[in-house]
Amino acid sequence: MTALEPLTFYSDPLPGIAPNDLQGKLIAIEGPDSVGRTTQVERIRNWLEASGHAVVDTGLARSALTKDGIQRAKTGHTLGPLTMGLFYMSDFADRLEHVIIPALRAGFVVITDRYFYSVVARAVARNLDSEWLERVGGCSLVPHTVLYMRPTVEEIVARTVRGRKYFEYWESGMDVPYGSNRFRSFVRYQAKLIEVLDGFAEKYGFTTVDATRSPDEIFAELRRHISVVVGL
Amino acid sequence: MAQFVPNTYRGKLIIVEGIDGSGKSTQLALLSQWLRSLGLVVSFSEWNSSPIVRGTTKRGKKKQMFTPTTFSLVHATDFADRLERHILPMLEAGAVVCADRYAYTAFARDVARGVGPEWVRNLYRFAVKPDIAFYFRVPLSVALDRILRGRASLKYYEAGMDLNLSSNIRKSFGLFQKRIRKQYESMSKEMGFNVIDATGSIQEQQKEVRQVVLNTIGDALENDILRVSR
Repeated sequence: MTALEPLTFYSDPLPGIAPNDLQGKLIAIEGPDSVGRTTQVERIRNWLEASGHAVVDTGLARSALTKDGIQRAKTGHTLGPLTMGLFYMSDFADRLEHVIIPALRAGFVVITDRYFYSVVARAVARNLDSEWLERVGGCSLVPHTVLYMRPTVEEIVARTVRGRKYFEYWESGMDVPYGSNRFRSFVRYQAKLIEVLDGFAEKYGFTTVDATRSPDEIFAELRRHISVVVGL
Repeated sequence: MAQFVPNTYRGKLIIVEGIDGSGKSTQLALLSQWLRSLGLVVSFSEWNSSPIVRGTTKRGKKKQMFTPTTFSLVHATDFADRLERHILPMLEAGAVVCADRYAYTAFARDVARGVGPEWVRNLYRFAVKPDIAFYFRVPLSVALDRILRGRASLKYYEAGMDLNLSSNIRKSFGLFQKRIRKQYESMSKEMGFNVIDATGSIQEQQKEVRQVVLNTIGDALENDILRVSR
């Protein structure tokens, strides 16, 4: 088992938080849309709870503060890229301070379905400055591990057609846009997201998990990595 | 250092800053009237007024959900929306945009709340650099007197009650404004503020404001700005 350092912040520690008080484990699952994260988080949660760990899970756009506002803004299709990036960062910070940190303080295992990296990736895919938003995310804790479920675009297309059954406006980057029709835009936008996340995987030290395999195989690998973190 | 984006548009951006009760909004209203009377197209933008973010701000305030960081981020989101939706298109169209408060309000207020000065300066890096930034300098006692006399009740965040400076809301307001004022004063040089002595009469101040505008962007007002034929 690897010895884990206490949690630290990236560049800009949040006012009033002592990282030494945070005894829990922070695990982030990253990856583009429709890669099957939700299913995996649920399986991880069940497995950890069965082995006696208290688990809290949270995910992008679930903050009590911004959830409704983001939903409304997206419905109107009048959300600009700067506003979108900052709205999602607000969502992230609210969950960091009101869900993630209290749970870590109580010694929980926190599984977060995407971290601030995805927020930055979406902004970069909308031609915004990466460094700007990465620094905004500098107020966040460095997770104990970031597991990056990496699919191919082909895989995402297949999963989207089977699951959601249509290419959603924002997931297709139609606000940019990336192509002359919804499908083309979807493919190029998702390819861009993967490209940006690949770069972050290197920069932030993600563990890349091949997500083109079966859910069982993916879960087995995620479980292996998480076992090390939680000491199972 | 704030690394704002230079204003390369045809329009001009004038902003006013100062603590509550400095009289900045009155001065901006008079300035806008004058510019309009010259036949120029003037557009107004107010802090914290985005149609798509306002609901979230209201919710956070009402339920006291904000931390210093989320307070800062949601206000930056509001600003970003106004910039994308309103300020940038108006500048490109050639209007004079008059903004009541700008990124500097966040630099003063959020730092007074304990947010890192460099972090919040980076947060607003996407903002357009104003052509003129007026700072209405007023002694704390004068501003407090204006506000506390005229207003029946103060609001929780406005008074900085989240900082536990005092359990008395009026006292907390005073202490919080003092901190904010200190931030304005210390960034004044860094940001190149045009400082106006806000203890003078309204007319005197307005005369000075108009003179600064003429000296700084007089040529542009004459030649570049969008006009309505009358």
